[in-house]
Parts: sequence; C-alpha cells; structure tokens
Amino acid sequence: MRFDIDSFREIADSLVRNKSRSLLTGFGVFWGIFMLLFLMGGGKGFKDMISANFAGFATNTDILVSSRTSKPWHGFKEERYWQLSYTDVERLKQMVPELETVTPVINSWGQTAVYGANSVQAGIRGIYADYAKIEEPRVVYGRPLNDADILQERKVCMIGKRVYNSLFPDGGDPCGTFIKVGSVYYQIVGVDFSSGNISVGGRADQTVSIPLPVAQKLLNRGANVDLICTTGKPGVRMSDMEPRMRQIVARQHLFDPSDKQALVMINTEQMFALVDNLFVGVSFLIWLIGLGTILAGVIGVSNIMMVTVKERTTEIGIRRAIGATPRDILSQIILESISLTLVAGSFGIVLAVQLLRLVTFIVRSNPDNPAADFQVTFWLAVTAALLLTVLGVVAGLAPASRAMAIKPVDAMRDE
Amino acid sequence: MLIELKGVNKTYNNGQPLHVLKGIDLSIDSGEFVSIMGASGSGKSTLLNILGILDNYDTGEYHIDGRLIKGLSEKQAADYRNRLIGFIFQSFNLIGFKTAVENVELPLFYQGVGRSRRHQMAMEYLDRLGLADWASHYPNEMSGGQKQRVAIARALITNPKILLADEPTGALDSKTSEEVMQLLSRLNRQEGVTIIVVTHESGVANCTDKIVHIKDGIIGEIEDNREHRASMFGVNTIMK
Repeated sequence: MRFDIDSFREIADSLVRNKSRSLLTGFGVFWGIFMLLFLMGGGKGFKDMISANFAGFATNTDILVSSRTSKPWHGFKEERYWQLSYTDVERLKQMVPELETVTPVINSWGQTAVYGANSVQAGIRGIYADYAKIEEPRVVYGRPLNDADILQERKVCMIGKRVYNSLFPDGGDPCGTFIKVGSVYYQIVGVDFSSGNISVGGRADQTVSIPLPVAQKLLNRGANVDLICTTGKPGVRMSDMEPRMRQIVARQHLFDPSDKQALVMINTEQMFALVDNLFVGVSFLIWLIGLGTILAGVIGVSNIMMVTVKERTTEIGIRRAIGATPRDILSQIILESISLTLVAGSFGIVLAVQLLRLVTFIVRSNPDNPAADFQVTFWLAVTAALLLTVLGVVAGLAPASRAMAIKPVDAMRDE
Repeated sequence: MLIELKGVNKTYNNGQPLHVLKGIDLSIDSGEFVSIMGASGSGKSTLLNILGILDNYDTGEYHIDGRLIKGLSEKQAADYRNRLIGFIFQSFNLIGFKTAVENVELPLFYQGVGRSRRHQMAMEYLDRLGLADWASHYPNEMSGGQKQRVAIARALITNPKILLADEPTGALDSKTSEEVMQLLSRLNRQEGVTIIVVTHESGVANCTDKIVHIKDGIIGEIEDNREHRASMFGVNTIMK
C-alpha cells in the first residue's frame, strides 16, 4: 500500500468533486451518530435526574406499615385495625439477625413551626439516631440527632430545608435557637438539606425531626409506632426477609400471615430494580435507534461508493494497467469510504456534544433541578469515532471488492 | 529476444467459445519498431492484451526478457506492467480530474517513488515532449495530440522495456497522427525504445520497421519495412 500526502489529496478531491452527493450521503452518517450520542447523553441525564430522587436513601430498605386486615383470623373479623408497636422493633432485631437496622418512626402531620414572626406548615417525625442509616441526612448546620438526645429525651430537633428557609429567610446558622412546633419549644441542633424525593412519611425538607421518645409522649402514642424501617446487612436481599418478618409480626398482632394487606411492606430494592430495569430498557432502545440510524447512513455510503466505483470503472482500469495492484485500489476505495464516514460522523459528534452542553446548562440553570449531567463521556465520543472508522471500512468493503474485480482490460473496453 | 511468444492460444468462453488466437509464434528483439496489423476481429487486440499482461492466455509460452509470463498473481502482473511495459491507448485514457503532470506521475506513485522526486521526473518527461507549459492543465483543456503526448510521457516515465501502443492515432486527425508517429519513431531511433503498435491503418503500419500481419488469429506475413514502402497510401503521409 502506497501512501503519501497525495493519497489524501486525491481522497479529498474525489469527495469534493461530487459535493452535493458527498454531503447528502454524509448526512446519513452524521445524523446517525448525532442521534446515538444525543440520545445516550439524554438518557444519562434523565437517569441522573431520577437517581437524584433516591439520593441518600438506603437501597435495601424495607418499610413496614400497618393497615386494616383483609382476612378473618383466630376469631377476629376482617377489617380490623391494628398498629405496629414498639416491641416489634426489638422482636425483629432478635429474630431476624440478617437485619442491620430496625428503627421505628412516629409521624404527625399538619403541625405549624414558628420562629419569631415566621411560621411554616411542617410534619413532626419522631426518630431514633439510627434512622440516619435509612435516610442519610445532609447536615449543613449542627449535627443530626444522636443517642444522647434519645436517652435523655431532650426537646431538640433537626429541621428540613424548607422549614429552615421559611423560618430563617435571612440564612445563617440557626443551631441553638428555639422554634415552636405545636405547643412545644424545641432547640434546633441541626439542619438537614437532603433533597431526595423518596422519603418515609412525608418529604424530609418539610419535616422537623425530634427524638422518638419525646414524640411518643407529646403525641400520646403509647407503645404504638407508625412505621418500622429496616435495612439488611450487606448481601442480604430484603425480599427474602419479608416472609419471616411478616410471620413474626403476624403472630404478635394476631392476623393471618398470608394477609398481605394487613401489613404493607415497601421494599425499596424492588423500586430501585424497577427503575434500573426501566433504564436498561431505555438504553436498549437508544442503542437500537442510534445504531439503526447509523447503519442506514452507512448503507447509504456503501451504496454511493458502489455508484462511484461503477462510474470510475475506466479510471480504475487505467490505474490497474499502469501498475496499481488490487490492494492499491482496495485501499483507495476503503480510505475514501472511511474519510466520508469519519468526517461526517465527526460533525455529528461535535454537534451532539455541543447540544448536550446546552441542555446541561439549561437544566442546571434552574436551581430546583437536581444536578444532572447530560454530557457524554470523552471515551464514549472516542469510541464513537472508532466505531465510525470500523463502519467506514465495512461500508467500503462491498464497493472495494467490486472495484478490485475490475480488470485493466476494462479501461479500453469501456469507452 | 526481448519478446518471445510460442504457440499462444486464447479462447474466450462467453457463451459460444471463441478461439481468438490460434497458436501465435512471434519474436521481437530489443530496439525494434514493430506494428501488428489486422482487421477488426483478427485477434490483434487480444494479442496486445496478452503482450501487455492485461489478459491471460490458455496455452503456449510468453517470455519477456527471459521471464515467463504465465499464471502471475495480480500483484506481480501489476508490478510487471508498471516496470516493463508502457501503454499508449487509442482514447489516451488520461484521468480526467488529474492535471497532465499528475497523470504522468501516476505510474511512479504506484512504484512508491517519493512525491517531489516523481514530480520532478514527470516535469522532465513533459518537457522532453514539449508540454512543460501544459503541466498543470487538465486533459479536457488540451488537444488530442497534446493528450496523446501526455499519455506517451506517462508510458515512458517508468523507463519500460516495451512501449505498447493500441491504435495510437485512432482518435487523431492525419496531421497529428503523423506527428505522433514521428515522435514514436524518434523515440525508437534515438533512445532505442522497443515499440509495438497495434493498428488497422496501413499508413500507421508503414511508419514502423516491421509489419506483422495477423488474420483470424494466426500470424501471416511478417514484412520487413525498413524502406517504409509497404503502403501505397502511406509513402509520404498517413492516409485517413
């Protein structure tokens, strides 16, 4: 294979000679690679946005909520209401050693938090310190609730982002100040800015979290709790734990263990799996569409190269007569094909990257949106360029083999 | 002997088998100026294709300078064509989107000669044929005679042992035809290039030193024409 600047000049010449044809053919490849990269970037950005909703939330969480029974059991009628109790926490801890965290939650909604002249609607959430393992707080001021708060039943609280913004519109560290929720004053010890949209019993940013024993007493809940949140130890699948947990709770509270309605178990693992599956499906579609479009473009290139070879039969014959080997012809055609795909595809890559940059910029310019990144990675772009080269070769194969079949005698015959 | 053909047979098998060459024996020595003459369908073009290693033959032997030309790979055939043979075609067969000098350079490109060296050589050959001023013109900007001279420069640039001309004057008027033939005979006389011209024009054949008549695939008379009196029409000019 002989190769120098003239080889490239020749390729450029022959592509420029049929400007509109090269342009239209290249457009197919350009559009294909653009679609693939743009869709991939878009898919990634949306995944980022959706994943941001789960931020800080343990992925192997199972939340137990009591509800009315739907089956009669041991002499009780159906439609009986029962409540999870404080003792269930210890029971689950003892009887299901695979669980890492078992922590109860008490909720009370429709409270008003007041500081000075400012007030805001908020929910009270009574928690233990280990609730942080379920929903990780993003503490910007102060600290989360700790075991000492719980044991000494201190009237302290950690407030969510929206509560903070409403009560302290001027900003600043509010720790140490007292706010009134309901009829009780709590001292602020921390501010939680976590913004995940999964939350247990209400959004974290509209919540005032207080020690659970305090909530228990102030809200007259007795031994009852609203929710029990559990997480498994590493490697434990929460869906495997569910039947046992159900058995344990059912025996204690006298309902049918097969009564799924009586004890609702919300398994985040399944939710995450659902979202993951969704994105597997989405990226499959993206690949299908993107590759399909590129393929259509490449077939277009191949087709046009076929026409070019046909048109240039005489020229190729002349070249063969004056000493071009079949390999020279092959490399000429393949290089032309690669050049066409690569040049057109590079424009596609550039346009996709620039547009994705714009999209990222627009999405981020709204502070309410999660920090999603729509941009494709550098290596993905490099891979795309390599893919183009390979596709260029593939597109050139059929026309090149036809060109190689041209005999030098054809130079004289085809007049 | 530079060229030796012994009992060369060629049959085309396109539907009806066509026995085109029926045992050709021909020897051409180095430095000869030979024409192969025959009517259309006589097999002269096929013979030329075989001489130029553009086509294969079925049986017999063909030697160039002692090398047997048979069953060559495409690569080797291309290499022999490039180094041993220069082609001049009836329709010039210049590449239309390349300038004169680029056309002349092309055989050297396929030899792997460096860029500036081949450009310099191509300019040299164009200059020798009086076309230095036309180097950067495209074929469609030149006259037929000029185009054929560019083609001759392209054929000569690899310094081949044999120059094969297929109806070199077929597309030219009589005046230019004569110029081209004079150019060929000058090349033969002064530089000792072996030239084989295939033609059906007796006037063209008359310019050569030896006329090989071919008819129905068999070599007929081989005329010694050093006196250039073979054609009653071609004594002083090429009859068109």
